[in-house]
Amino acid sequence: MSRLLPVLGNIAVLVAGLAALFGLPAFAETYVIINATIFASFAILALSLALIWGYAGILCFGQAAFFGLGGYTYAVAAINFGDTTGAAALAVALPALFAALLGYFMFWGRISDVYLGVITLTVSLILYRFVNQTAGEQWNIGEAPLGGFNGIPSTPILNWPGRPGEQLAPENIFSLAAGLLILVYFGCKALLATRFGRVVVAIRENEARVALLGYDTRRYKLAIFVVGGAVAGLSGLMFANSVFVSPTMFSLPVSGQIIIWVIIGGLGTLIGPVIGCILMQVLTNWLGTLNQVPGFGWVDPNLVLGVILMVFVLLVPKGLMALAADAVRWVVRNLPFPRRGKVPEGRKGDVRSASATGSHLESVHTSPFRRFAPPSPSGGRKSSA
Amino acid sequence: MTAPILQTRGLTMRFGGVIAVNGVDFSLQEAELRCLIGPNGAGKSTFFKCLTGQLRPSHGDVLFRGHSIAGSQSHAIARHGVGIKTQVPSVFDGLSVRENVWLAAARVNPGRLADTMTDAALQRVGIGAIAGRMVGQLAHGQRQLVELAMVVAPEPDLILLDEPAAGMTDDEVDRLVDLIKELNKRHALVVVEHDMQFIRRVARTVTVFHQGAILVEGDVADILVDARVRDVYLGRQAA
Repeated sequence: MSRLLPVLGNIAVLVAGLAALFGLPAFAETYVIINATIFASFAILALSLALIWGYAGILCFGQAAFFGLGGYTYAVAAINFGDTTGAAALAVALPALFAALLGYFMFWGRISDVYLGVITLTVSLILYRFVNQTAGEQWNIGEAPLGGFNGIPSTPILNWPGRPGEQLAPENIFSLAAGLLILVYFGCKALLATRFGRVVVAIRENEARVALLGYDTRRYKLAIFVVGGAVAGLSGLMFANSVFVSPTMFSLPVSGQIIIWVIIGGLGTLIGPVIGCILMQVLTNWLGTLNQVPGFGWVDPNLVLGVILMVFVLLVPKGLMALAADAVRWVVRNLPFPRRGKVPEGRKGDVRSASATGSHLESVHTSPFRRFAPPSPSGGRKSSA
Repeated sequence: MTAPILQTRGLTMRFGGVIAVNGVDFSLQEAELRCLIGPNGAGKSTFFKCLTGQLRPSHGDVLFRGHSIAGSQSHAIARHGVGIKTQVPSVFDGLSVRENVWLAAARVNPGRLADTMTDAALQRVGIGAIAGRMVGQLAHGQRQLVELAMVVAPEPDLILLDEPAAGMTDDEVDRLVDLIKELNKRHALVVVEHDMQFIRRVARTVTVFHQGAILVEGDVADILVDARVRDVYLGRQAA
């Protein structure tokens, strides 16, 4: 039973993912499919931060930088190449390279957590400012105009590999985004189960101890940061294919949103941020239509989202996944019929099995380690000092 | 006399105007067991931090088997074969006991061998029964044992133990004494401890730290009756 639960969790995620992957294009209208594509690309973005913040303890406040770089790299390369296949590969490679460069200076310079957040935030804002002012012909890269604050509305849609001009239909783009989301999710799980992944989690727990065991923590942090950059670049690529690229991809609201998804879904889980991301997107869309309704014109989506974030940070700091696990445990404990293996009154309970059961319920989606480092009100991670 | 496994020459650690370690010349032979005692603030833990790269010494040199390791990164020193149990247990609270020890074993051994070494270390320290527990939920003494298992698992040549017996039950201390004696058959050890009962049970040679410097060094029987040692522990000015 104890080994079964994580497996059941994985199967549930896979089934839900495949159902969306194959079910949606068959039944939904085009605008729903395009919206779902945007959700899927954002969910990949949520995974990139879930990985490096939730598991490696690196609070990157500028994950949007890699997201935007991925989108712009794809758009510029695709316009110049004509064929999009190479451009798609570049859209992952360039953000990864940029993350490697940035990470090298941050980790080898032994920048502390708070400053790491400040530096990544600043980098994303510099990119935002820079791209925003690239209107005019002097900012053409090859045949691609960067387009200043208008972005690149002519962002090409992916074509079938090797067949330039044969564009993917919106349903195909959705299938690709959803498929990549499933792939990235299980890829992250697999990565965390390796020795590399286990050392990365240990660094989050206590970096000094990992170093005293003989691991060069800088290399591990850099490697996971690069993976996070590549995944964010991938999400930028899929976003560029569902909307088009514009400077807002680099903007502060995007960086902030990613952090909100992770906090609401549950820091230290992978599925939590994905669920948090999709829920918040659905809610934002719904709130956006609400001001058309008479009497609700005053509703500002950002205000509502801000209130939700505050409620979560103050009341549900461990996020939705931990809340759901608590709820399941409460229901199980209060079942009216006697459970198998229930310890009789008077006999001291086996602490080990009790705590083990508890942790399994919580770790359904968090394998291989159970730990929800509750974010402090400032949003910082647990100090490892 | 063979070359020492560990030697410091004029090792000094200064924090602003405070000199925590002051010109220490320390030497430890292969497979030697040395106990380090001294009142609070004598510089014992700072001395350990200088040895393991957690602090970069202000002056002086640290030699491990003749190679200078002063100012090296912690991980590089650990790779030479130095393991440390810190004063406040430095463990991974959010991981299981087994996972903690596995991470130590997996640094030096790939795959299956790491699992075998993890089991061996858990067995050796006697915490096999709590292998599945989260370290954050354990009592202080048990956490000490977990960290001890992490130090023992990769079989380092030099083991530094900073107050290993603190917070342990009598049974756990008995096990610790046996373990230290067993470890000493193959490894060199430096043990910092305040508990004189404990020192009597394990020590042969004792080094006494006082105000960042070595006050006296010698056989345990002589040291424990030394008037100067008694004075510094009772707070009187050393003669």
